Amino acid sequence: MALSVSFWILAVIAVTAALAVVLLNNVFRSALSLVLCFLVVAGIYLTLSADFLAVVQILVYVGAISVLIMLAIMLTREVQRGSSSNRLRIPAFLVAALFLGGLIYSMVNTNWQISSASPLEPTTPAIAGLLFGEGGFILPLEIAPILLVAAIIGAIVLVREK
Amino acid sequence: MVGLEHYLILAAALFAIGLYGALAKRNAIIILMSIELMLNAVNIAMVAFSRYIVPLQLTGQIFAIFVMVVAAAEVAVGLAIIIAIYRHQKTIDATKVDLMKW
Repeated sequence: MALSVSFWILAVIAVTAALAVVLLNNVFRSALSLVLCFLVVAGIYLTLSADFLAVVQILVYVGAISVLIMLAIMLTREVQRGSSSNRLRIPAFLVAALFLGGLIYSMVNTNWQISSASPLEPTTPAIAGLLFGEGGFILPLEIAPILLVAAIIGAIVLVREK
Repeated sequence: MVGLEHYLILAAALFAIGLYGALAKRNAIIILMSIELMLNAVNIAMVAFSRYIVPLQLTGQIFAIFVMVVAAAEVAVGLAIIIAIYRHQKTIDATKVDLMKW
């Protein structure tokens, strides 16, 4: 019961914040509502009993990515121009609405095989076992840092003064 | 009672909002923010599947972690590209940056 109430509150805040990201005219305000949306998504992970993922969401998205986005907004000085739409506004809205309708239709009409088992409560040991253990995801885990190092070097090369 | 469909519909709504923003906005930073919204929506869907379909395996949560890694790399490179474009063109309006268009 408490889970349902918290889900509905979080869902309403998440959709409102996401709408504010694309509808507000001030770029900085939409960045702030994006941060709010990230925080609320962390709460939604908590209602799904994904505690480790909620903490990672707050650390990575609320802590790092939002700071990067705000830094980029301040470096590009486009705040005065606002965030206007291009000519494709109405077709984009139609495409998004049709896509949402199709997704909801197929989701509601699919017979999901819901498992009745209760979820693992502290997920951190299980995730660690899957990531580092025998027959787990050790190869993608080793590739991820290579990707991160490549991205960092690429970012440095791109923004370096000539 | 909240079930799998509720989470999936929430994820679909967030994804559609992000899709609209990515298609309809001029400011490149807003487009990048919309893409982040879409990645978050996909993460919600995967964690919900992991919770309701295979609650004891956590595969969806592992995938969500890898999506976060890719999102962090993507936002770093994307913002670097945007700042480089701003240095050269003095604008980040996605409709005006058309150097590669013929």
